[in-house]
Amino acid sequence: MSSSKKESYNLIITGVGGQGNVLSSQLVGQAFVRKGYFVTIGETYGASQRGGSVMSHIRISSRKQLSPLIPKGKADVVVALEPVEGLRVLTAYGNSETIAIANTRPIYPVDVTAGQEKYPEMEEIEKALARLSRRVYTIPATEKAMQMGSPILGNMIMIGALLELDLLPLSAGEFQETLAKNFDERKLSINLRALEEGKRCVHPAPTG
Amino acid sequence: MSVIDLDEPGKELLLMGNEAIARGALEAGVKVCTAYPGTPSTDIIENLAAVAKSRGLYVEWSINEKVALEVAAAASFSGMRAICAMKQNGLNVAADFLNVLNLLGVKGGLVLVTCDDPSAHSSNNEQDARYYARMADLPLLEPATFQEAKEMTRWAFSLSEETGSVCLLRGVTRTSHARGNVILGPLPPVDRKKARFDKSRPWRSQPVGQKHSQLHESLARLEEVFSASPYNEYLGPKRPEVLIVTCGTGWLYSQEAVELLGLEGSVGILKVGTTWPLPARLVVENLQRADKVLFIEEVEPFLEGNVKELAADYSMEIGPKVFFGKRSRHIPACGEMDTDRVIEALGKILKVPYRARDSRYEEKAQQVAKEMLPNRSLGFCPGCPHRASYWSIKNALQLDNREGFATYDIGCYALARGPAGYHLLKTGGVMGTGTGLASGFGKFASFGFDQPVVAMCGDSTFFHAAMPALANASYNKSNIVMIVLDNSATAMTGFQPHPGVGRNALGEEMTPIDIEAVCRAFGAKVEVTDPFDLGGTRKKVLQALEDPQGVRVIIMRRKCQMLKGKEEKPPFKVRIDPQKCLGEDCGCDRLCTRVFKCPGLIWDGKAGKSRVDEVICVGCGVCADICPEGAILKEEKA
Repeated sequence: MSSSKKESYNLIITGVGGQGNVLSSQLVGQAFVRKGYFVTIGETYGASQRGGSVMSHIRISSRKQLSPLIPKGKADVVVALEPVEGLRVLTAYGNSETIAIANTRPIYPVDVTAGQEKYPEMEEIEKALARLSRRVYTIPATEKAMQMGSPILGNMIMIGALLELDLLPLSAGEFQETLAKNFDERKLSINLRALEEGKRCVHPAPTG
Repeated sequence: MSVIDLDEPGKELLLMGNEAIARGALEAGVKVCTAYPGTPSTDIIENLAAVAKSRGLYVEWSINEKVALEVAAAASFSGMRAICAMKQNGLNVAADFLNVLNLLGVKGGLVLVTCDDPSAHSSNNEQDARYYARMADLPLLEPATFQEAKEMTRWAFSLSEETGSVCLLRGVTRTSHARGNVILGPLPPVDRKKARFDKSRPWRSQPVGQKHSQLHESLARLEEVFSASPYNEYLGPKRPEVLIVTCGTGWLYSQEAVELLGLEGSVGILKVGTTWPLPARLVVENLQRADKVLFIEEVEPFLEGNVKELAADYSMEIGPKVFFGKRSRHIPACGEMDTDRVIEALGKILKVPYRARDSRYEEKAQQVAKEMLPNRSLGFCPGCPHRASYWSIKNALQLDNREGFATYDIGCYALARGPAGYHLLKTGGVMGTGTGLASGFGKFASFGFDQPVVAMCGDSTFFHAAMPALANASYNKSNIVMIVLDNSATAMTGFQPHPGVGRNALGEEMTPIDIEAVCRAFGAKVEVTDPFDLGGTRKKVLQALEDPQGVRVIIMRRKCQMLKGKEEKPPFKVRIDPQKCLGEDCGCDRLCTRVFKCPGLIWDGKAGKSRVDEVICVGCGVCADICPEGAILKEEKA
């Protein structure tokens, strides 16, 4: 995907309640508004702290205010804070050009621990993510976040990877400015470190 | 923290629709703001509370929506601008007052915001609150964008003052709870004018006939005002083949559908921002553009019905039309709208093919969806006191063995209608209704009814609507057990304080109202327990079930873990001793993972044993008490 040519971008950040999905979408959205873009975010919520699937539709346009929901099959980029949730989103909103970035740490639904449902093996998930995208990047974001002190930093690691891949017209520097507007010094420094960690996790594919 | 009082006119921000509404109120010089929390409306008053001090506002989390509207009306009667916000169900509670307030009239602009929840993402119904505008003869505005949410709110205050009526503003989940660009306008200086109730004017609904007919005259005048409103807008060719008539979210969805189908030359879109009273002249003019009309709106065919009524009135002028929408089933009768639904309807009407993605991909996607996606049921958070409460209630009802059951209200604890709470909750789902229903069940012994009934109630709900039901049960000697799950917050909507908490919307310390004392004053026998004391709690429930006479209240008190987790470090490190866990061979039927179902406990299929997920576990330690083998170990943290 050539990030400089498109007029609009459809990004989905998905995961499970409590992973920082809503905050990271908001920060990405704010950064784009600061750059003069129209941004619309539609988010699922309510279930956000109760173990349910959470999904934010982030729609970025240089031309007009878009609707709060991405039409089916029209996601350009999917960032999955939880692997199976990434797959879930792709089945509805993915297309053969979609780029997927997925955290590898599962959060098991209680339906799975109770033995009523099956959680696929990570290897199978990765294969399916690849089948449903043009390219998939997998990142052990939760493990890295825990090494940094808290699993909640996983969201910033994933955003770091997203920015490094240059899939959207937003630089890491521009995003950092938005972070600085939102966090106090202590939170800012740890989030910036997480962002850097995420950038190191991926290597952009050669263009063309 | 809130950004809504930023004094930088012209600055463009990413705001939630609810923040935009709150900002619009500030720009209009609102003084008094009231609500009872309810998704998707809560953020309006939450944001106004955050800036109350700097903007000189009075902001209140009222005990329920009716009182919220009454407090706001008192402000209006005293010459101040006021806003009152609620979710769709809340308007049912406030409707009793609203349908007289329309006749009392207003002085200071009074804006009533209802946030509807199409698809019931966070509601027990999918109600269209717009009918209240028509029922009470009040003006209704529906913003289609985030900027409009702010502008319309500001306008709604002057409209209210000009008409002397409450002005309704309807948001929906995807406007109120979504985010978009908003350009700020100027904030008025904080005004310290003395508030005063105008005694010279009769604030009465009598004479009802005269007041009612005045309302209708006012609506007729408003039609003219609305016909010239910039919030009603037509986009498209002069003579389209199909005219879409839409409001709210439908405006953006319709535009996108038309673009994706490449139908810009043959489909026009009329957005109506002022949906009651319908501006007849404007609607009729636009109906003349096309013979086929498609309605796009959320929940009920409100706009559809009202436009068709006008079309009948003006049939000689506009000629025959073919209407498409919910009535014709081109649009599904329920559920929220989206671009795909508009595409499907237009595709059918104009016979235009559309494919969102290639068929090979579609096939792969459907296969993955069918084979690889485990369901993710909603459940209680790790460490939630409700799970422990329901565990004890379930065990007590089983031991009691008389087919007892539970009724419920609204709140996190209502998740127990599903597996999270062992399917204990059988009926209810309205504020205070658990206790009201129980009050009935508990009186039917003379008809042979012998099942014990347990009414579940949250602490905030207790004050909202359960108190009258409790008084009813107690006074009429109904035999019920009422369990108040007191987690010290209105947790479901984001921890707003209530009268039991001892703090108000402005963050001031207040004298809490003691739920226990209220119940005793109503004549109930009351017990208090910590739900994490599983044995003690079960015993208290069992004792209450066995006591045949009158109302027994058990208050299960423990702070919501989402709040507690912010204040304190986890008390325990929890782990599973793999030597002690016997897995499937234990005979416990995997009590921890299959029955108790805390998401912090996971099943390690390879080892055939339970495990603690250290990312999820909050270290509350309550699960240590449920394992028959004592395999779940809680170690106190230093």
